[in-house]
This record gives sequence, C-alpha cells and structure tokens, in this order.
Amino acid sequence: MKEGFRQAMAWLHTWAGLIFGWLLFAIFLTGTLAYFKDEISHWMQPEVPARSLSSEASLALAQHYLEQHAAGASRWLIDLPDAREPGLSVRWQQAPAKPGTRGQFTEKRLDPQTGAEVQGRDTRGGEFFYRFHFQLQMPYPWGRWLSTIAAMVMFVALISGIITHKKIFKDFFTFRPRKGQRSWLDGHNAVGVLVLPFHLMITYSSLVIFMSMVMPASILAAYNGDVEAFYDEVFPASNTPDMAGKPGQLAPLAPLLERASELWSGGRTGSLTVNNSGDANASVILARDGADRVVHDFGSAVTFNGVTGQLLSATPKQAMPMVIAGSFYGLHMGHFAGPVLRWLYFMCGLAGTAMIGTGLVIWLGKRQLKHAKSGVMPFELRLVEVLNIASLSGLMVAVAVFFWANRLLPVAMAGRADWEVNSFFIVWGLSVLHAVVRRGRAAWVEQLALTALLFCALPLLNALTTPYHLGVTLMQGDWAMAGFDLTCLGSGLFFAWTAWKMQRAGQAGIATRPRAKPMLLEQEAH
Amino acid sequence: MKGKITALPVSYRLAVTSRVLAAVLGGYLVAALASVSLTMWLPLARGEAVVTGMMTSFLVYLVAVLWCFACRSAWQAWFGLIVPSVVLAAVSGLAYWMGH
Repeated sequence: MKEGFRQAMAWLHTWAGLIFGWLLFAIFLTGTLAYFKDEISHWMQPEVPARSLSSEASLALAQHYLEQHAAGASRWLIDLPDAREPGLSVRWQQAPAKPGTRGQFTEKRLDPQTGAEVQGRDTRGGEFFYRFHFQLQMPYPWGRWLSTIAAMVMFVALISGIITHKKIFKDFFTFRPRKGQRSWLDGHNAVGVLVLPFHLMITYSSLVIFMSMVMPASILAAYNGDVEAFYDEVFPASNTPDMAGKPGQLAPLAPLLERASELWSGGRTGSLTVNNSGDANASVILARDGADRVVHDFGSAVTFNGVTGQLLSATPKQAMPMVIAGSFYGLHMGHFAGPVLRWLYFMCGLAGTAMIGTGLVIWLGKRQLKHAKSGVMPFELRLVEVLNIASLSGLMVAVAVFFWANRLLPVAMAGRADWEVNSFFIVWGLSVLHAVVRRGRAAWVEQLALTALLFCALPLLNALTTPYHLGVTLMQGDWAMAGFDLTCLGSGLFFAWTAWKMQRAGQAGIATRPRAKPMLLEQEAH
Repeated sequence: MKGKITALPVSYRLAVTSRVLAAVLGGYLVAALASVSLTMWLPLARGEAVVTGMMTSFLVYLVAVLWCFACRSAWQAWFGLIVPSVVLAAVSGLAYWMGH
C-alpha cells in the first residue's frame, strides 16, 4: 500500500465492498421493499378491507369492543387506522399474576367500519422484509449488531468510493453502453452519484438509529453505568397515576383526539394507551403519529385522566440534538412520505441496491478476465461467482416465492406465516445449490428467467386465488392492491430483459472467443 | 492487490491483517473515547450531550478507518490511533475527575 492515497482508498472500497456486499445487497433490497410494507401487507392479507374511516369513529368502535372483551385488563393499546394501514388493531394486557412479571397480551384486528373482528390469513406481510433488513432473521441482538456493522462498512465503502472516483461530476455524464466491464463501471458510478445524498443519509441514519446499542460508552460514562436512567431522561415516560382502587366510568375516548390535535397544532394521534380502564384513576396516553412531520419523536405524547378528561401531562419539546437524531430516524423510515415521495424513496433504494449489485459484478468481472484464456477459474473466484448469483438473483427468486407462498398455502394451515418465511429461505438456499451445480452464465440466465416468470405470473395467480384481480382493483381505485400487481408485472418484465441480455452476452462471448480479443471484457470465463 | 494472492509475501498479508484489526478495534476505541470526551465537555444537558457524542462518534470511526488504510505502514496506523486514544482518555478522565 505504497501507491498513494487514492489507490489505498480504491483498495479499501474494493475489499470492504466485496466482503459485506452480499449482506448489504440483501439489506438494501428488503429495506427498499419495506418502504411499501403496509401496501405489501395489504396485498398479502386481501381479506382485510381497505377503507379509510375517521379516527373518531374507529376509536369509538375500539373502545366499545375493549369494554366488552377486555374490561379487567390493566392496559389497552389501540392503533388507529390511517390511509396506508387501514386496519384497526387493539391489544390488551392482563394484570400480571405476580408482581414483576409481564401480563399476558392479546391482539385483535377490527374492521374499522363495523367493529367486528377481522380474520385475515396468518402472514408476516411486509413486516417480514422490514424486520429482516435489520434483524436478519437472527436472535436478538445479533442481527441488529451485524446489520449495524454492515452499515458502518457501507459508510466506509461510500466515502472511500467517493475519494476513489475523482472525476465525480464529469464521469457522471459518461455512460458507455455495450462496452462490457466499462458499462458496468459507468452504471455503478451513475447510480452511486445520482442518489448520493440518499446513500449517505440512509447509511449514516442507520448508525444513528442503533447508536445507543453499538456506541454506549458515553451513556455509561455520563450516567455511571445506569442505562435505564438515560432512557428515562431522554424519553420521559408519561407519568401515570397509580390505581385509586375505586371503580370509575371511562369517558368516551374519541373527543380526546381533538384535544391532543390542538396541543400538537394539528398533529394526528397514532395510537392510544389506556391504563386501568375500570378505575377512577384511569389514564389515557395519546401518542403522536409519526407521519405528519420529518422529525421523529419517540416519546411525543399527551396524557389525560380517563374519567374526568383532565390533562395530566404533555412531553416537553425536543432539545436540538434529539431533533437532529430524530430527523435522521424520520428520514430513514420515511413515514412522512406521501405517494410521490414514497416512490422516490423506493427508486433511491433500488438505486442503492443496484449500486451494490453492480459493484459485486465488477469485482468478479475484472478478475475473471485474467483467467478468460485458460478457461479455468480459481476456487476463490468461483466462490465469489456462486455467492454473487445466489445473493443477487437467488434473493429475487426467494422474494417472488414468498409472495407465491402467500397465495398458495392453505388459509387455514397451522403455522402458515412461518411456512411463508420458510419457503423464502428454502428457495434462497436452493439457489445456492443451483449456482454450485450450474455453470456461471447458465445459472444467471436460469435464475433470472425464473424470477421473471414468477413475478410476471403473480398478478395472474392473484386473480385465480382471490377476487381482487387487476380489473377489480383498478376500477375500485384500490391503488395499493393494483400497484402491487403492476409493480410485480413491471419487475417481471425487467428480469426477463436482464435474463435475455445475459443470454446474449454469453453467446457473443462464445462467438468471438477464437479471436480472444482483449476488448471483449464480458467474456465467459469457463 | 489481493488479486495476485499467490504472489503476495506473508509480511504483506500480516500487515493487511494488522491494519484491519487497527481499523476495526482501534477505530472503535477512538470513536468511543471521542464520544465520551464530547459528552463530558459539551456545555449541554446530560442527555443532549450523550446523543451528540454518539452521533459524532461514527464520523470519528470513519476517519479512523480511512486513516488506517491511507497511512504508510501498519505501525503508523496503530500509532495514529493510540496517540488520540490516550489524549481522549486523558481528557475524559480529567472531566470525570473534575465532575466528582
């Protein structure tokens, strides 16, 4: 490493990018899908009707339901429906049998129009992608640690990549198509630079989100090792009064929404917590919905006495550092984004995913060149090739199969949601086997073609297994359902195109092999 | 560089390993100590100073990692991390001692 600063940074970019590239690709792809997690959940639970209703009416229904079914519970939790997530969900917690233990939780989904229980098919829905992108299906807290480490590596790879890429603006307008390796590099640079602010924001913010987990030294130092004291101070728990021990009649909750909204200068309530509903000292905590502003505030809540409606407390305004941290959190999650901005988020996420994918392809392509003549690939290159195929195209197949499983597994099947997830991982594992057995180019073409087929046929499968096909959803204006089908169709066509390009590039490589021109950089290495 | 694995001497590989360890472990140490020093010295409320320190630490980590691979030798990489660590530890220790 005596070559100078830029070469050293190029080396760092190359190796950091390679070693964490496969994991980062999966994190970016599933994280991008998570921007539409409510829409995906809606598609995967078509039984839950998509109707928006006023918060007041939904809340009255939820209160009525809970008074009927959970009168003795120590805590009620009500999640109000919004435009994207039309389900009304209620949970309640029984008083713990022994002090110090957690009481039993029950969760029900209600129809926001009738208040009746909704029985949707058992599925993780879009939540699966959201959870996977930072928990990686590992036990707590290992997945979070690994994904945060990957984020730090991404941060290093981004900055070292910027330093390496000296002519950042000039090169941005350079794209040389059909030039093999050169085109891949131009594409890698273009998607990298085009949405660079997004890449920097999403990477740094993911570190900020888990900062108190991965960088707790300052908490330990400032609070003498008492982490709980830090959380109590930064996220002031709404102080709720103890039980009075006398029965009290809970007032209607719906009018509190209006009062909270006044305190928040128009902000919406996202969820409510009712403590000790049958007691004279019942308290109601209204937590603000994150969707009406960029800055996320975990603790933003107002507390009322449930019987008299008297305002008990409201959380103070955030201090500046918390506003900054909250902004990064809010920007990462994108809860505030409307349809246009949400699609922009989705596109930026895809650009990030593509940047990582092209980087992995470039790494291998460059090194394959040296072995193109001999036709023998060293073990380490073959390993990278198999991992590239399985982690790029294999993951796409697995995503498609996850959606197929949602429609094909019997609705009443036991452990249904788990089997959807299992089929995702089984197919992903099979893609590794397939990549090992087949030659590189053939494995790419076959997996991409399978992905194309699965995605293109998803709208058809939906039409065959549910009454919510495109003809119906487009007419009704159910854009979440129709958008999902159309996006699958679009993705399917895209994958068909990539499979076709891959196939053709392979044939071109064979046709020109006798001349062994060094310019044909994309040549088949076998 | 590692592409020509067979051509690389053991000393080179050891140096790379040493730099990686310096970047990962040493970089974390510098970042953590920087966050503690900031928390101790910033004229902010305790919770705010902690959040500021944690947010800044990742930038320190980034610079430390880049340093480990940009400098001339693996020894220099370690040296460039140990000196700021000692300084930051002294600075936070001083603040801690003054606070008690």
